[in-house]
Amino acid sequence: MSLDKATVAKVANLARIKIEEKDLEPMAAELNNILGWVEQLGEVDTDDVEPMTSVAEMSLRWRADEVTDGGYVEDVVANGPNHEDGFFAVPKVIE
Amino acid sequence: MSDLTKLTIAAARDGLAKGDFSSRELTAAHITAMAASKPLNAYITETPEQAVDAATASDARRAKGEAGKLEGIPLAIKDLFCTKGVLTTAASHILDGFTPHYESTVTAKLWDAGAVMLGKVNLDEFAMGSSNETSFYGNVVNPWRRDGDDSALVPGGSSGGSASAVASFSAMGATGTDTGGSIRQPAAFTGIVGMKPTYGRCSRWGVVAFASSLDQPGPMARTVRDTAIMLESMAGFDAKDSTSVNMPVPNFEGALTGDIKGLRIGIPKEYRIDGLSDEIDALWQQGIDWLKEAGAEIVEISLPHTKYALPAYYIIAPAEASSNLARYDGVRFGLRVEGKDLNDMYASTRAEGFGAEVKRRLLIGTYALSAGYYDAYYLKAQKVRARIAEDFKQAYLNVDAILTPTAPSAAFGFGEKGDDPLEMYLNDVFTVPASLAGLPGISVPAGLSKEGLPLGLQLLGKPFDEETVFRVGGVLEEAAGFTATPTDWWRG
Repeated sequence: MSLDKATVAKVANLARIKIEEKDLEPMAAELNNILGWVEQLGEVDTDDVEPMTSVAEMSLRWRADEVTDGGYVEDVVANGPNHEDGFFAVPKVIE
Repeated sequence: MSDLTKLTIAAARDGLAKGDFSSRELTAAHITAMAASKPLNAYITETPEQAVDAATASDARRAKGEAGKLEGIPLAIKDLFCTKGVLTTAASHILDGFTPHYESTVTAKLWDAGAVMLGKVNLDEFAMGSSNETSFYGNVVNPWRRDGDDSALVPGGSSGGSASAVASFSAMGATGTDTGGSIRQPAAFTGIVGMKPTYGRCSRWGVVAFASSLDQPGPMARTVRDTAIMLESMAGFDAKDSTSVNMPVPNFEGALTGDIKGLRIGIPKEYRIDGLSDEIDALWQQGIDWLKEAGAEIVEISLPHTKYALPAYYIIAPAEASSNLARYDGVRFGLRVEGKDLNDMYASTRAEGFGAEVKRRLLIGTYALSAGYYDAYYLKAQKVRARIAEDFKQAYLNVDAILTPTAPSAAFGFGEKGDDPLEMYLNDVFTVPASLAGLPGISVPAGLSKEGLPLGLQLLGKPFDEETVFRVGGVLEEAAGFTATPTDWWRG
């Protein structure tokens, strides 16, 4: 599998990272270099192997679905570049 | 008074307890050393006033008989740990001005134990790097130089500021985080000890996330004992981290009995990689001989999937990073670059806020998780990861710990591995497999290269058996007798 310019542009859009047109080709080369190296994983027989999802042999803890903490609106928004009245402010999204 | 910065944590603890000096004096000595270490660029944010206040409070607690386990000990904190009211950057432009309103669990535990914060130390951006060359706040410089050569060397990464601060005696110890070797490799490059605990041992809560199934905080200090002392205060169950493990924290320092008679130490044959330098190979053999002389039994083992650890890691870690770093979008934290609409604002903010290595990894990760490629990349990598973990499990049926080199080379110069990211990634060839398996590991300084640079040996243990890792590490340290320190050229 090899990435072309158009795929890099699509992935960059999914990742919400603006990449200038002139940088797409070099980026494709960089990513293909890494992906080409990763291809060797195909040599490993992984039939009947469950993907590893947990490092320690443990199941995730359950807890009661109840509010245990909160009420820090000002703390939560304090680091936003633009906030008003306890809300994050963003550019207008509805015309 | 002799130079207090040269003390180990254990010795400072005893000196404070005996009243030989106060935490204010100990802290003041480190503040002076920190100010003098600017050419190393180890610190992003220095907090000397807060340090003096904390030391004063510590002395008062001691006077009342309320001394904690790290009472009055000045430490540096990797700038990936959120610290209440103190700038936290992850060494990224995108977190400009981020000042958390909360404290990470690990640092809160350190302050509860009486420790004093000197400042926040530099790292690779979002902990993505092996040389500390990706920080928005500039390169960290290794206090060590090659014999007869003034050129600057990297301190390793990503916990390069932590390593540089501890090795240059501007902090008695430092927190690090290890995702694929970020504690152990910089420890090896700077001649100090770095311990990555078992995944789940230390809480990740309040630590800026890189790859959540791999990230693990741990201690860095100048002796094995000092890392054991620190870990005891950092570890422990935390309900706020869903993968924190609810187990009692052992007396890690008490594990340093010096007795490894009868322990079985595995030597994985797959770690004798092509092109391993004679120097590293000889050091490894020396380590084997030391442990044998101390009464351990050396056993050759096989970890057949070792060579696939790096490529699996470079799918899994970027994939998790692409998800974790989605939160930096110009809305909730730091930097915002305005755009023609909301999407453009997101994309412009992230284009300006992230450095080249972070972008590269986010794109790889996004691609690996995207529709149609998830099975081929991410799922495949997670299956390979399971096989790597199984290799270790099988090996540990027969051995108690595993000895390997920490890194394939000594510290290198800036830009020496800049052109091809794959060359940089290979630095982590000995540390990544244990990260994927979640195992504890320690790097112990074991000797000097021909050029006069420190080299480390790595010990890996069974899950949650940090005690054996510390015990064997202590014996290795004793046998190596590594006492070399860098010349303090940075003081000018």
